[in-house]
Amino acid sequence: MARVSGPPNLLVTTLHKAVDWARTRSMWPATFGLACCAIEMMATGAAHNDLARFGMEVFRASPRQADLMIVAGRVSQKMAPVLRQVYDQMSEPKWVISMGACASTGGMFNNYALVQGVDQVVPVDVYVPGCPPGPQSLMHGILTLHEKVMSGELARR
Amino acid sequence: MTGPLAVLAERFPELEFGTVHGDHVVRVERERLAEVTAAAREAGFEMFVDLCAVDYLRRPEGRFEVVVNLVSIEEPQRIRILSALPGSDPTAPSITGVYPGANFYEREAYDLFGIEFEGHPDLTRILLPDDWVGHPLRKDTPVGSVPVQFKHPDEDTT
Amino acid sequence: MSNPPDVVTGDTEAPDVTERSEAVDRPSESERERRRVHSVWVTGTEAPVDSGDFTSEGAQEMLADEAGAVLAAQRGTLVSDDYLVDVDASEDETQIINMGPQHPSTHGVLRLQLELDGETIRRVKPIIGYLHTGMERTAEVLTFMQGPTNVTRMDYLSPFHNELCFSLAVERLLGIDVPPRASAIRVLMTELNRVASHLLWFATQGMDIGALSMMIYGWREREAVLAFFEAVTGLRMNHNYIRPGGVAADLPDGWEDDVSGILEQIPKGLADYEDLLTANPVFLERTQGVGVITPAECLAYGVTGPVARASGVDYDVRKAFPYSGIEQYEFDVPLGRHGDVYDRYLVRLGETRQALRIVRQVLETMPPGDYRSEDRKVTPPPRARIDQSMEALIHHFKLFTEGFKVPAGETYQAVESARGELGMYLVSNGGAKPWRLHVRGPSFANLQAVPAMLTDSLIADLVSALASVDPVMGDVDR
Repeated sequence: MARVSGPPNLLVTTLHKAVDWARTRSMWPATFGLACCAIEMMATGAAHNDLARFGMEVFRASPRQADLMIVAGRVSQKMAPVLRQVYDQMSEPKWVISMGACASTGGMFNNYALVQGVDQVVPVDVYVPGCPPGPQSLMHGILTLHEKVMSGELARR
Repeated sequence: MTGPLAVLAERFPELEFGTVHGDHVVRVERERLAEVTAAAREAGFEMFVDLCAVDYLRRPEGRFEVVVNLVSIEEPQRIRILSALPGSDPTAPSITGVYPGANFYEREAYDLFGIEFEGHPDLTRILLPDDWVGHPLRKDTPVGSVPVQFKHPDEDTT
Repeated sequence: MSNPPDVVTGDTEAPDVTERSEAVDRPSESERERRRVHSVWVTGTEAPVDSGDFTSEGAQEMLADEAGAVLAAQRGTLVSDDYLVDVDASEDETQIINMGPQHPSTHGVLRLQLELDGETIRRVKPIIGYLHTGMERTAEVLTFMQGPTNVTRMDYLSPFHNELCFSLAVERLLGIDVPPRASAIRVLMTELNRVASHLLWFATQGMDIGALSMMIYGWREREAVLAFFEAVTGLRMNHNYIRPGGVAADLPDGWEDDVSGILEQIPKGLADYEDLLTANPVFLERTQGVGVITPAECLAYGVTGPVARASGVDYDVRKAFPYSGIEQYEFDVPLGRHGDVYDRYLVRLGETRQALRIVRQVLETMPPGDYRSEDRKVTPPPRARIDQSMEALIHHFKLFTEGFKVPAGETYQAVESARGELGMYLVSNGGAKPWRLHVRGPSFANLQAVPAMLTDSLIADLVSALASVDPVMGDVDR
């Protein structure tokens, strides 16, 4: 990422890379815990598997202050417009992680009540499978997202 | 039969009190549902537990059934009050006057089955969106499953 | 400031707590203004005050207290739907504010429509359905053996209780018994689940009130229990372990050490929470006298569980209608007197200790034997037998494709989950799939009591009271 050029206390990089680095190091999630996956999301933020080491323990309630929406849980037909509204209220750049089987594809509930995959409603960057995915799986998903952002793969939509 | 069940049986000798898998069960006609429930409350079944509906689809007594579960804490004893409703006219008297806790349960039965409870203060949809059409738990409504959509069908997934 | 309360619980091994006196003096008139002596006692023992009906009196005392003007207005809320009563304030004096469904303090996707007069709540209407998953309809599509995977996700904080209730209902219709070891394993897992659920409640209640470190502490203890669940069932949550016929697999080797470790670690954690919260003046201010519900309201709305027991309603399904062999274990049921948030905290603390007491007894008396019923029509054969016996192969095939058939009938089975009475009304028509499964979720009824608790109280009290009801929206919406 950096080339040491000249005296050793000088770091040179591109603005793009520096911005990406800053974005990944304090990507604040919005509280969008819906069902069982929310419990595992809270466990990821708790002391045992600490999200704070990535700068992410502040789950912002207001979507205006959040960068990342982790859709944790099953999205019902009644909740889908709310989901879209919260997503729209987030300011760019924003990312979405679809956590769990129900958020990714509707999970085991292939019926009238659920939206079969949250990507019918919002664009998703990373899907984390599991029912519910343990904290380590979620953390892997988050770090995958960090890598994607750092590598510049997710350009502005 | 002891306790509140005995009191209730004495009050309504014309009703059949049976036992199914160890549960005390009584069937009433739908017009008397509120009356019998109120009497059950006076007899000693102080706590309201559950109200639900069942769709039996093709049953001579009536397509739908309203099931009221009550419990007596003093005794302790449970009772289940069943009431059959015809499919052409699924209405029943509301028991919110007896137990206010039946409010949400009756709304749920209305939402999912289309059973209307006369005398309910606010009979609107509770679990499904307000503009939903249909009653999904009826047996003639399909479960609504969609074929599984594979997101990137042309990518090589090996 | 307020006196540290006297807590009487049954677990005599808890550190520090039993030094406090067991008899509580009834506070005199002069003392009663700010200092409320909260006592939690166990059913069956001598109640600390001589009046027989003082539970109603305790809650009514609090309601009649003139010093608490907001509480005085709650008088007369017995058995009526407050949130449907016309308010006589004019239109421009009250405002309607929407709280949720995406909100940090509503414990899931609950939407509350508040009609506010300044900071005072005049009416509150819960609007639910944002997590409706159609689980009752899905249950009609899955076989009885697949049923636990579906119901376990309803009340996702106590998945074992859901599975146990379903399995007991199916077994009742089948008319089979499970071996004693299976029952003991079921009791072990459900009581540990109760502990885990209450630990999460301490965490979220503390966080909602502002004790943010409670969130971290609660989860720390919970990890020990979840690690044990993972060792036994393979999953931290939503286990699909308790199935009709028994449990899915036997306990692994070394489980006694794991459980002993839990029994050592959790009481220390509970002692930490007591240090942090029980005599904390801020906690007392925010929880005493808040969210009061009377016993009569509990009965009318069908409120069960710690909320009802904190109001003095002596109803625990484990004592009233015992199941799964729980009557062989000794445990007490803590009851509260005032029906406010603080009593619910003390009741849950007591319940956690009692659950650990049951776990200790199961650990000491676990019977050997089968972990599932021998009835080959219901439980699948061991995997090794499938290679050896044609019959075993056929049974395995039939059980996992078509499923076992349950005789026609209907039953209502209830268990005491961490939130209250969890019941399932199961109707079978003789086929391999349920004809109708209705789940009586405790939070569905408990939520109806929220308007009764909160009318004419403050918004800050709403957060505290709602957290104390411990609603799990998966149970409410199914």
